[in-house]
Amino acid sequence: MEVATPFLEVAEAIEQGGAEDLNVCYQCATCTGSCPWGFVEPLNVRRLIHLAQLGLEGYEGEDIWRCTTCNTCKIRCPRGVGIVDLIRSIRMMIGETGLIPQSLRAALGSTKSEGNPWSGERKLRNKWAADLGFTPFDKNEHEYLLFACCMPSYDSRSRKLVEAVAKVLSAAGIRAGVLGSEESCCGESIRKIGDEGLFGNLAEGNGKLFAEHGVERVLVISPHCYHTFKNEYPELGTSVQVTHMTELMASAIAAGKLDLKKPVDAAVTYHDPCYLGRHNEIYDAPREVLRSIPGVKFTEMIRNRDCSLCCGGGGGRMWMETKFGERFSDLRIPEALGVGADVLATACPYCINMFEDSRLNLNKEDEIRIKDVTELVAEALA
Amino acid sequence: MPKKIGVYICHCGSNIAGTVDVEAVAEFAKGLGGVTLAKDYKFMCSDPGQDMLKEDIRSSGLDGVVIAACSPLMHELTFRKAALEAGLNPFLVQIANIREQCSWVTEDRALATQKAKALVAGAVARALSHEPLEMRRVEVQPSALIVGGGIAGIQAALDLADAGVQVYMVEREPTIGGHMAMFDKTFPTLDCSACILTPKMTAVGSHPNIQLMAYSEVEEVSGYIGNFRVKVRRKAAYVDHDKCTGCGLCMEKCPYKVDSEFDQGLSKRRAIYVPFPQAVPNKPVIDRDACAYFKKGKCRVCEKVCEPGAIDFEQQDSIEEIETGAIIVSTGFQAMDMTAMPQLGYGKHAEVYSALEFERLNNAAGPTLGKIVTKDGREPTSVAILHCTGSRDENYHRYCSRVCCMYALKYAHLIKEKIPEAAVYQFYIDMRCFGKGYEEFYQRLQEEGVRFIRGKAAQVWSGKEYRAIATDDTGLEVDDAQLVVQAEDTLLGKLVRVPVDMIVLTPAFEARDDAEQVGKAFLLNRGADGFFLEQHPKLAPVSTTNDGVFIAGGCQGPKDIPDTVAQGSAAASKALSLITRREIEIEANTAYIDEELCSGCKNCLDICPYNAIDFDDEKNRAVLNEALCKACGTCAATCPSGAIRARHFADDQIFAEIEGVMSI
Ligand code: SF4
Ligand code: SF4
Repeated sequence: MEVATPFLEVAEAIEQGGAEDLNVCYQCATCTGSCPWGFVEPLNVRRLIHLAQLGLEGYEGEDIWRCTTCNTCKIRCPRGVGIVDLIRSIRMMIGETGLIPQSLRAALGSTKSEGNPWSGERKLRNKWAADLGFTPFDKNEHEYLLFACCMPSYDSRSRKLVEAVAKVLSAAGIRAGVLGSEESCCGESIRKIGDEGLFGNLAEGNGKLFAEHGVERVLVISPHCYHTFKNEYPELGTSVQVTHMTELMASAIAAGKLDLKKPVDAAVTYHDPCYLGRHNEIYDAPREVLRSIPGVKFTEMIRNRDCSLCCGGGGGRMWMETKFGERFSDLRIPEALGVGADVLATACPYCINMFEDSRLNLNKEDEIRIKDVTELVAEALA
Repeated sequence: MPKKIGVYICHCGSNIAGTVDVEAVAEFAKGLGGVTLAKDYKFMCSDPGQDMLKEDIRSSGLDGVVIAACSPLMHELTFRKAALEAGLNPFLVQIANIREQCSWVTEDRALATQKAKALVAGAVARALSHEPLEMRRVEVQPSALIVGGGIAGIQAALDLADAGVQVYMVEREPTIGGHMAMFDKTFPTLDCSACILTPKMTAVGSHPNIQLMAYSEVEEVSGYIGNFRVKVRRKAAYVDHDKCTGCGLCMEKCPYKVDSEFDQGLSKRRAIYVPFPQAVPNKPVIDRDACAYFKKGKCRVCEKVCEPGAIDFEQQDSIEEIETGAIIVSTGFQAMDMTAMPQLGYGKHAEVYSALEFERLNNAAGPTLGKIVTKDGREPTSVAILHCTGSRDENYHRYCSRVCCMYALKYAHLIKEKIPEAAVYQFYIDMRCFGKGYEEFYQRLQEEGVRFIRGKAAQVWSGKEYRAIATDDTGLEVDDAQLVVQAEDTLLGKLVRVPVDMIVLTPAFEARDDAEQVGKAFLLNRGADGFFLEQHPKLAPVSTTNDGVFIAGGCQGPKDIPDTVAQGSAAASKALSLITRREIEIEANTAYIDEELCSGCKNCLDICPYNAIDFDDEKNRAVLNEALCKACGTCAATCPSGAIRARHFADDQIFAEIEGVMSI
């Protein structure tokens, strides 16, 4: 057995870096027992925290990068420890020493230079908008600014999602404009990777842009954008009203503004994205929308709502390599199939991307389709 | 005639003198108008200190005294008493707090001395404006009301009744007994709960000094210490209990069944029922919501079979009025609803039980006659008991429920006793076995082979669910009927999954849903945890801020049976010491309403937290009930006509003090 001596200077540095509640952890291990890594390669969250409490070596190891920031541990922690913030703060400390994983460096570099983590050119950002009939945001004309995440600009699958958004908005008579290529990544994942400085720059840049254009209401398709605009930007001086596409659709349907006539004959199950569900407690809106689509047979998976299984793409994991079979999304597809679903619906471009990948890798293309709730609504529009 | 004020500056050892120049303050006081003498002294509260005070009052004919010392909460009463003994009205004593509000919170000696002078100047100015007030005496009704007939209330009732006090016991349910009646064994002695409880229940039922009002609720409380008036709603039982012989034929013949509350839904009872065979009173009531006659207008089978003709469908609720000197609130607790933690599968998986369900399952008089079996009749080969479900948890209840560790051990023992080969697991965070014989019981259970896993259970899945989602291959075989518990064993640093046949949760012990309402009726404060608040956590544990109202048992906070019974007895003794006084003194510094100035606006009526103000419609004036007034001064501050004067805290008196403080 090793001999250890507490190193409280380190513990205090972690505390000051945003983990103020580090010391209230009473080591019950609800976190370890709740973490989705349990079925892959258990991640001992509790031990990480205890190492950090005593400033002992080991908290800064590889494990710290495995966390997907899914928030399962956080919402269950009996002591209310901000575990995700704690992990972020440790990553921040490590980041300062330059010891972050290689794959994340590329994402950070691209975000720094091009404003997106996908190594795509800035000038291509939001190019899809004009093709889909969106006009530049004008506060006198548009009810919402559509902030559509980086993905549709650089990823063909996500592009389909904004097509569906365009169709649904026009059917509901909701006017939304977009910003051009000067807009940058919302920065949610960047912050979780621990690059607080870069996050600050992104938030400041976007905040300025919102202010210049008089943006008051933002419509988002990604729960990650939702989360940071709603919960993190205000601290940095930008307060806008944020609506997620599923909320907008739920109220449009309730108000009779969307006429869903064409049956979508499918057994649909719904995957709660971590940042929509556990981080922001939006569980009902997407379900209400799915239930009002004619033809949809809705079933829940075993792990649903606040017990939902993370897709594995949060907290920077989108850009990190996870071995085949170890991705949470690989576990989710069989779970969906197991409840008889032929459509796995969700409401997040990251989740969609992860699931599409797993569907291919698991050779399940013929058995299940991955759909954003918005896409199913678009299908149901006559 | 000019007043003669004596001023005394206490050193309090070095507590005050260490920071304040007490001699300088005394010297300063001598120069204040109205001051006849000023002294400093080492300990004013000591006998020689008090003697000096008394001597001065007598020899110098003082008609006001200022003591500059500690907080009035500490020794105001001491000095008032000394003054009274020397013939000075106790309300002419004024305290200047130069310890808590000065020497303890000021570092600089010069500043502290300056501040002490200001406080003394204020106190002298106030003492000059004080008037003598008379304490009032009221009679005490020689009876006590006990609200809630669980073990706390039962104990209190018997203690008081045995002392000759007339006791009224109001119980909401058709029987007394509370939670304890549901238990099989009690920890750590393992005596049979019913065997020790039912004799006490019977004693309550038959005691000549106890009037038991079961199936009744307190509707309204008015009055004040020694003289409460309480309205009790006696719910219609639809059975004339004077005629009923308790033969039970009606319950046998009633064709309609609903879930038994007493058995936690694990068995059925009839629409006409007594909750359990040893109920006190042992007379049935008809549950309107379950009765076919009340619902559909047809049936009346009970009426047909009842020989003495006790069934009375026309019976109505009635209101009874009680006058009582003291009230003991012992309304108990409730167990948290475990569906709030969906990850534990309660309400979803048949074999996940709450603690009370398990109590009934295990009870010899319960639905399975004490056989521990699954809902489909199998004897479990393994059981997991999950600690701290909802307790010590920011998301639900921050506090520790204090009893779960111990009854979890008790369950383990009972399972082992009945099914020796069964594996029993305790998933715990910390074992809290602090009571007499508790640690020994823990050790005994370890000797009995119970397995302890240190880690809070994080997830529960059914075998079927587990097989569908467990994608890692740990070699764990689980069948459909089993459950899997997942936790980290923190002592191993390993994730553990344990397949079991049955799971028992330990729901947090929480304040009843209606605690707020009950608290309002009896003017009880509640803590952040929702439980009723005692007057002082250490020194007045069963008293409340509402004089004459005491609390006992689970309504005050989580506690086990020994502590509950101790509180029951404690509350009884507090009530007794009140009642046997026959007469009590009450606050003299009440408010006073000047009828001439009152405009009848009624603003004061709602604002008084003690309901001490009534309205005289004929005169169109507010009327103060001095016995109820707690001298909080709220009404005086509210009255737009300036008609209410708060005696001892009147505007002119307070302004005099402020001016005194500001004068230096
Ligand atoms: S769940 Fe919370 S209190 Fe328990 S070990 Fe994890 S961080 Fe600590
Ligand atoms: S946030 Fe999710 S992935 Fe990260 S440690 Fe907590 S439970 Fe595990």
